[in-house]
Amino acid sequence: MRYSALSILKNGLFGNKGWKPAWRTPAPKPHYDVVIVGGGGHGLATAYYLAKEFGITNVAVVEKGYVGSGNVGRNTTIIRSNYLLQGNNPFYELSMKLWEGLEQDFNFNAMVSQRGVLNLYHSDAQRDAYTRRGNAMRLHGVDADLLDREAVRAILPFLDFDNARFPIQGGLLQKRGGTVRHDAVAWGYARGADLRGVDILQNCEVTGIRQSQGRVLGVETTRGFIGCNKLALAAAGNSSRVAEMAGLKLPMESHVLQAFVSEGLKPFIDGVVTFGAGHFYVSQSDKGGLVFGGDIDGYNSYAQRGNLATVEHVAEAGKAMIPALSRIRVLRSWGGVMDMSMDGSPIIDRTPIDNLYLNAGWCYGGFKATPASGFCFAHLIARDLPQTTASAFRLDRFERGYLLDEKGQGAQPNLH
Amino acid sequence: MASLIACPHCGRRPKEEFTVKGAALARPEPQAGADAWFDHVYLRDNPRGPYQEFWHHTSGCRRWLVVTRDTATHEVEEARDAALWNRETAR
Repeated sequence: MRYSALSILKNGLFGNKGWKPAWRTPAPKPHYDVVIVGGGGHGLATAYYLAKEFGITNVAVVEKGYVGSGNVGRNTTIIRSNYLLQGNNPFYELSMKLWEGLEQDFNFNAMVSQRGVLNLYHSDAQRDAYTRRGNAMRLHGVDADLLDREAVRAILPFLDFDNARFPIQGGLLQKRGGTVRHDAVAWGYARGADLRGVDILQNCEVTGIRQSQGRVLGVETTRGFIGCNKLALAAAGNSSRVAEMAGLKLPMESHVLQAFVSEGLKPFIDGVVTFGAGHFYVSQSDKGGLVFGGDIDGYNSYAQRGNLATVEHVAEAGKAMIPALSRIRVLRSWGGVMDMSMDGSPIIDRTPIDNLYLNAGWCYGGFKATPASGFCFAHLIARDLPQTTASAFRLDRFERGYLLDEKGQGAQPNLH
Repeated sequence: MASLIACPHCGRRPKEEFTVKGAALARPEPQAGADAWFDHVYLRDNPRGPYQEFWHHTSGCRRWLVVTRDTATHEVEEARDAALWNRETAR
């Protein structure tokens, strides 16, 4: 069923009894052309673009929990393409362009809201670095505006401009950045993929990868063996564990990242604001809650929950930026398991095993990349060639010495 | 995570006194070759379960420790002096 104003009106007239589940719950078939491990944002987007752009519809997405139970439902919903490096910027800009047309494309309201992302700077050196990044963005055709102190004050008068240690001198603004309703992204992609024939297998955990003569034959799951011509891994924080089933050791550690939401407040913060002197970023949801987060806790974890020390640290950084936050009550906090690659950049590549494909290492920046990640991974699976904008995300770059060190920090906690 | 870590030198101390450095890996010999060093610097077992990592007792004895911690439950099983651990893994 196509969602439209007319469909709402029609179903409203008949007691809303005509709505169908957004996707089927099929039984696993014995064999698929492509099996994707991981029914999160990236896995579902990959299935969607495989079916829609590359004509491969005999696809299964295997998810151990339910759709949206992992990081796609655990992030702070920010989208942006304000990257410096040649290997990153065109990819994230492709993602931004896909976000801009996404709702029409998959016929689902993902509440894409380009309300602006502002990175604050606090010193002359940081202003220089932001100027350089802004110029690099503009050279790649991405919008960037360097704001001085007064221009920032006009947008966000309540910031602590005269903080004794980290006075705010200005900020780098990307107006096209913003937020997206994260759950709806998973649902929209799931529905769009399902409509094109993709089987979404929930509560189906991969327990092994069956191989013969250097090729993958299929996956052992809690719902039996599923054969495939090509196997694609998009397992985020559990990538190392799934890759280990195929005998691969990845340049990756799993860490916990926490996020928080406050009680609902009157309209307060228009866009997304990030602190330049510590790890803190905040936006206000349409319901009024402040959605914010900070740094990874700094130790390996698969627990999807963090420690109080980090909660305190995030609250302190937030208060250093916006003193008014001291009066705000936090409603909830939660944790997600981040696949921290060793240089802080992702991997979309083939592996030493011929028909095994890897999409991992998104660190804490995977959500904004969801559409482009799915598109480029689908491109790689369908054509065995990397999509142009994702050609730097190679698995062997660590060995070759071609690190993609956007921020010069990977999993090592003392670099954050 | 456990609130108290049993430091082998200071006894049970609050975890906030410690700094986590990361995976406790035995360092290869300088001439071990590119493959061994690549493995040491970049590749990780990244297990879900018991994991050995270097911790520094920053606000205590300032000794380096090797802490065995479960990455799924955050429970700390053991904390030993890193020098002792190093002598044993070097053998």
